[in-house]
Amino acid sequence: METRAGTPPGLLAAVFPAALLALWWGATRDAPDGLIPQPGQVLHEFLDLAGLLGNNDSFSGTLWANLLASSERVFGGFLLAAVVALPLGLLIGQVLLVRRMLDGTLQLLRPVPVTAWQPLFLILFGLGSHTALLLVTLGCFYPILLNTVFGVRNVEPRLFEAAAMLGVSRAAMFPKVVLPSALPGIFTGLRLGLGFAWVVIVVGEISGVSTGLGAMITDAREVSRTDVVIAGMVTIGLAGFLSDQAILLASRRLLRWSPQHGG
Amino acid sequence: MAAETLMADRRQLAAAGSPVLQVQAVHKRFAAAGGEVEALRAVDLAVARGEFVCLIGASGCGKSTLLRLIGGFETPSEGQVLMDGRPVTGPGPERGMVFQDYGLFPWLSVRRNIEFGLVARGRPRAEVRTTAERFIEIIGLARFADAYPHQLSGGMKQRVAIARVLANDAAVVLMDEPFGALDAMTRERLQDELLSLWSSTGLTVLFVTHAIEEAILLADRIVVMSPGPGRITAEVPVRLARPRDVVSVPFNDLRRDLAALLHGPAP
Ligand SMILES: Nc1ncnc2c1ncn2[C@@H]1O[C@H](COP(=O)(O)OP(=O)(O)OP(=O)(O)O)[C@@H](O)[C@H]1O
Ligand SMILES: [Mg+2]
Repeated sequence: METRAGTPPGLLAAVFPAALLALWWGATRDAPDGLIPQPGQVLHEFLDLAGLLGNNDSFSGTLWANLLASSERVFGGFLLAAVVALPLGLLIGQVLLVRRMLDGTLQLLRPVPVTAWQPLFLILFGLGSHTALLLVTLGCFYPILLNTVFGVRNVEPRLFEAAAMLGVSRAAMFPKVVLPSALPGIFTGLRLGLGFAWVVIVVGEISGVSTGLGAMITDAREVSRTDVVIAGMVTIGLAGFLSDQAILLASRRLLRWSPQHGG
Repeated sequence: MAAETLMADRRQLAAAGSPVLQVQAVHKRFAAAGGEVEALRAVDLAVARGEFVCLIGASGCGKSTLLRLIGGFETPSEGQVLMDGRPVTGPGPERGMVFQDYGLFPWLSVRRNIEFGLVARGRPRAEVRTTAERFIEIIGLARFADAYPHQLSGGMKQRVAIARVLANDAAVVLMDEPFGALDAMTRERLQDELLSLWSSTGLTVLFVTHAIEEAILLADRIVVMSPGPGRITAEVPVRLARPRDVVSVPFNDLRRDLAALLHGPAP
């Protein structure tokens, strides 16, 4: 369903956040020292975290280092997952033998949530950023893998026939038909994976590391600095949104041909 | 009448030299739920070089199956298909197929779709480019050369599908109800365009349709098939000069004859 033409989409998208903000503001208006900080207080804290106010509490100016630490783990873990899951997904999708060999194992491991892996990872890899990064890798792994397999397995059969009658050999089907057909699925997987990475990072940074947005939020909670907690949440939301936009931009360019993705 | 025309055509074929396509005693059975489906029984067909043959028949009589056997997408249960005297073992560029649902590569532009076969066969870049350019010109899609399939109308997509097999040097073009999904006006225009392409090249066309009028308009010879099991029941040469007038008396006579062959004689 299309909404009425003429309303700018940006404006429309702003309606709901604005309403939430108003609700928040209204609910905390009379309680400047309540459990939930006021929007103005959070904004103030956000600016202080970014080092723009020159305050000097233990959180002042720490946002960038934490954001950088989290970003490194998010993108490091994401890349690692992509490097493993993409070729594996192509292989599982294309080669029956590999599919028969790995499918059962992968399906068994899939329902185990990242949080359940965390204690084991801490024992295996110790306290530190390795563990956080590997948890992110695990979180990205399945969305990328499953969507890649799906993309490879769901090539329109007619396209194989068309390619064959135009002279494409069996060996050349993979690069000529399978890979381009699977690209939308691959991009869906990458997008879901990166989105997941920002979810997992907070879990990964709750214990064992001293930097990162997750660590910052955990520290702030322990000293009851709810304003820092919320400012940290907003930062994660923004970072996730921006990295998603980056993938969207790439997929719009590469999938211009697809009515669902391009333009 | 069918037997006589069959004889006449056999003679005509003999005079024209060896046929480019031969279907010899082909049976085709498919495994199906609750047994087997006999899609084709004892089908014999020869197509001369440069001939335009239409296959016509009720739904389910095996027209698509026959075309797909010739295309090499299916293998006969018995008998064989020969192209230039050699058995067909799989799909190949000398037998271009035009599908009703186009089968264009959605990630390639019109130009790249037309170039696809030439590139796949490793033709030199310069040849690929000039050939594609020529066919884009012929099908009148110069303005859409860089458009993607989803941006084209059905008629435009079918033009591209035809161009890509012709650009790829297909000697025989197999078309399975290629204009069935198009509106009447677009269909008529594409019929004209196909005829002029066919008459300006040495092309052999095998064209499946279930529209009697389309068959008479296009074909040198109409092959009539019947279902249960699918087999050829008549071959009717069309000896009308082109361009054919669909409201002329001989056209209508032929239409009546074919309708009788397809549905039994009118009461
Ligand atoms: N792959 C298949 N598996 C099983 N049965 C099949 C297969 N392909 C065709 N058939 C059967 O073979 C018979 C002939 O089918 P075919 O598609 O060749 O008919 P057709 O003349 O092209 O019909 P239409 O005019 O509806 O396209 C049908 O009974 C069909 O169900
Ligand atoms: Mg059919």
